[in-house]
Amino acid sequence: MSVETLYHALGLTAAASPALLLAVFGLTMLFSRPLSEKAMERCTETAVLTGLASSIGILVLMLMTGERQVPVELGNWVAIPQEHFHFHLKLVFDRLSVPFVVLTFLLVGTTGAFANRYLHRETGYRRFFLLYAMFLMGMVVASLAGTIETLFLGWELVGLSSALLVAYFHDRPSPVLNGQRVWSVYRVADAAFLIAAVALHHVSGEGDFAGLMGTGAWPEGQAGLTSGQALFVGLLLLVAAAGKSALIPFSGWLPRAMEGPTPSSAIFYGALSVHLGTFLLLRVSAILELSFWLSAIVVLLGLATAVYGSLAARVQSDIKSGLAFSSLTQVGIITAEIGLGFRYLALVHMIGHACLRTLQLLRAPSLIRDYHNLENAIGEHLQPRPGLWERWLSPAIQRKLYRLAFERGGFDAVLQQYMVRPFLAFFQLCDRLERRWTDFLAGTTSRESDRIPTAPVAEGPE
Amino acid sequence: MTELHLPWLELAILLPLFGSLVVSQLHDGDRARRFGLVFSGAALLCTLGAWQDFLTLSAFEAHDRWDVVRQVFHRDVLVIDELSAPLLPLAALLYFLTQLATLRTKVHRFSFASTLFSESVLLTTFSCRLPWALIALLAVGTIPPFFELRRRARPQRVYVLHMGLFVVLLVAGQLLMDLNGTATSPPLTAVLLLTAAVLLRNGIAPVHCWKTDLFEHASFGTALLFVAPMVGVYAAMRLVFPVAPDQVLRSIAVLSLVTSVYAAGMALVQTEARRFFTYLFLSHSSLVLVGLELATPIGLTGALCVWLSVGLSLGGFGLTLRSVESRTGRLSLGSFHGLYEHTPMLAAFFLLTGLASIGFPGTIGFVGTELLVEGAVQAFPWVGMLVVIAAALNGLAVLHAWFRIFTGRKHPGTIDLRCRLPERFAVLVLTLLIIGGGLYPQPGVSSRYHAAVELGRARGQGLPAPQLTALPTRDNPLRADSSSPAPAVPAVPGSLEHFGLPAFLNK
Repeated sequence: MSVETLYHALGLTAAASPALLLAVFGLTMLFSRPLSEKAMERCTETAVLTGLASSIGILVLMLMTGERQVPVELGNWVAIPQEHFHFHLKLVFDRLSVPFVVLTFLLVGTTGAFANRYLHRETGYRRFFLLYAMFLMGMVVASLAGTIETLFLGWELVGLSSALLVAYFHDRPSPVLNGQRVWSVYRVADAAFLIAAVALHHVSGEGDFAGLMGTGAWPEGQAGLTSGQALFVGLLLLVAAAGKSALIPFSGWLPRAMEGPTPSSAIFYGALSVHLGTFLLLRVSAILELSFWLSAIVVLLGLATAVYGSLAARVQSDIKSGLAFSSLTQVGIITAEIGLGFRYLALVHMIGHACLRTLQLLRAPSLIRDYHNLENAIGEHLQPRPGLWERWLSPAIQRKLYRLAFERGGFDAVLQQYMVRPFLAFFQLCDRLERRWTDFLAGTTSRESDRIPTAPVAEGPE
Repeated sequence: MTELHLPWLELAILLPLFGSLVVSQLHDGDRARRFGLVFSGAALLCTLGAWQDFLTLSAFEAHDRWDVVRQVFHRDVLVIDELSAPLLPLAALLYFLTQLATLRTKVHRFSFASTLFSESVLLTTFSCRLPWALIALLAVGTIPPFFELRRRARPQRVYVLHMGLFVVLLVAGQLLMDLNGTATSPPLTAVLLLTAAVLLRNGIAPVHCWKTDLFEHASFGTALLFVAPMVGVYAAMRLVFPVAPDQVLRSIAVLSLVTSVYAAGMALVQTEARRFFTYLFLSHSSLVLVGLELATPIGLTGALCVWLSVGLSLGGFGLTLRSVESRTGRLSLGSFHGLYEHTPMLAAFFLLTGLASIGFPGTIGFVGTELLVEGAVQAFPWVGMLVVIAAALNGLAVLHAWFRIFTGRKHPGTIDLRCRLPERFAVLVLTLLIIGGGLYPQPGVSSRYHAAVELGRARGQGLPAPQLTALPTRDNPLRADSSSPAPAVPAVPGSLEHFGLPAFLNK
């Protein structure tokens, strides 16, 4: 067996194992033949371990052969050769995708083992693992994507599974409204991503990363775009990344996402999903290099997010929200590193942060117990000590900052006030005008639907 | 013209027509449902037979063997071609599944005889390309919903005004066309009248209110079957597309695009499920019209793909909503209903069909939507991005409705609301088609591309519909193109081919 064949086989196995897991869970539920918890656990273990072993196998082979970029062609999913339209499926194993996919399998596997006990005999156990499989597949496809279309495919799967997992406890309105908020932000990000992908196609004639980023392996590629093109496409990609990684002004969804069960919070928002935006920026980092202004905007956005996350994390009263904003701080710093061109540093930072945060989030449910143990051991209550800033800043400024942080920067309120509300108000006005028009035409009350009883939803993000 | 091996089209049309007569004599609702299913199922098999037969012929168009209609009128009235071949089974499938998923508790409110009659008219419409016959069929097709509104003693004025105007515009436009024009130089007034008729039937804003009104007052099944096969889009392809100048097509595309975004926004603020569905459907059907009127091969291919995917997915979506409604009554979206635990299968199918309609990866709508976006951006670089915005808004609306109907609280009811066997069957069939078409899209896309090229070429030559001589092979349906330099589709003025890339991308 040649090395190329081995690469191909291992690459296919890495991508196929989560796909197979999703197919098994999906089909058994579709045909109303649900698997037992034990069977689901075994399937999950097998799929994750197979994928992990294949990814590590490729890593070992790459180290042995000195290869820095291994493309695995899966062919055209759809092609219209006459119009030069093709939806090309291609996986790429390089210095960016291999660490990220190994990290994905490791953290998702760890969290799967945790969730198996955490959600034992829960009503939604099967639903959780179905979404878990969808998330795993989305992450693996996005990590290994060799074309922008393939990345979009994985990106969408991650988005949907995340939103539905936030709303996992769906017999209460609050998680559902938060899930809806997450989905809203993700749709904005998806739209920006799709427009960027189409624009990239038009300016470069292809969606293949190898073509887009020149001939060099990541991170040395050179993008064949002009500065103006790079700025336009890059800004769209930045909006997509900001939505996915909760950079400002989209940060509001991250603490809301903690409403989901702890295992999903750990891998989805603390560790992997929140880094998908920065992963995208790393993947297209050759485009960022082409425009000074684009890089500057990335750095500024990253730093602003870091400062905001750091402030907001200090005033949270529950551990998961605190961790969410701490994650945001680190993601902001990673974004700034990418904007400054420190790609390896950003990658290492991302991996380290993901592992740390997973551990913290998985320990979060037993935090109070840990504190009790600690206090019992030292024989007194732990005393909070004033930090550096508390000593330097005047009480008035501290109060202002506290309020700003407590209101989460006011980003949600601003988005609500200046984007969501006018949008809804406009269409509600149109609806009222339509009612008057149909009443006029009908010569009577035209809407039967007005008579349907409604119990209005008390509160919630639009 | 090539002949099919059997008179599939005539059978597909006559069986439901005959069934309608039989069922109208039955007074027992259960028996009417059973008979309705038999006739509708037979019609579905005939349309599938026609489609398969047509594929084996490798022809652009074909008519029935022993074509009785032809012998009577001495013209090819009933024809299957690249455009209509998949639409026939799609329409028949929607009718069959709607009748199948009608619960026994509702059989007395749903008229199976009228439904079979409508099915027969619809299948004839999709098999017909002669302008006057098509206009007559389009006019007849508007009658059954009117009778249902009258029978239910609901307001009919909005519907009658719009459909009456639709028929008048069609007749006036075609009369002018016959009196003053030829296929290559049609009078502009005639084209505009036909265009106005088509816009009205498709519910393009601001003449869309009849759709919401119909869903308000008619039974869900009737309203769904009246809009889901997108007859208005078919009328646009047969009556307007071949003769309209580029400016008219571009105007339709822009109006449709605006309608698509408007309807998507309206879907988000609706507080009742039927109205939400109407706007969602309107947004998608407008998107189909956008692609068709772009008149570029990619845009046309995307639109033809989305036509099928939207028919399947939103047809299934509507059926699911109807099933839920038949258990709970009309659904408000202003409050949570929490039906997930009671109807998990319907919940999953609601989500799947909704996501398929917005082109979610892995579903049948994905590739079509990608092609449509590509085609729209090619033709109108900035405006085309509205397609993406419409899709994003529709995605928000779908999940918003899903959350409101299936989650948010515990449903307190003790009555068993689970899927019945026929509903389960309908769900499984549509799920397999939606996922199967999504995972293996190439055959469908190739076939739609070929149809798109022929439609474009026919338009370039001023032909009323695809009437060409070269034959593709079965293995390579695009062979005919390889012998000719390029599809003779006129580049849209203002498109990238004319202006190059937009200025910001050329810096």
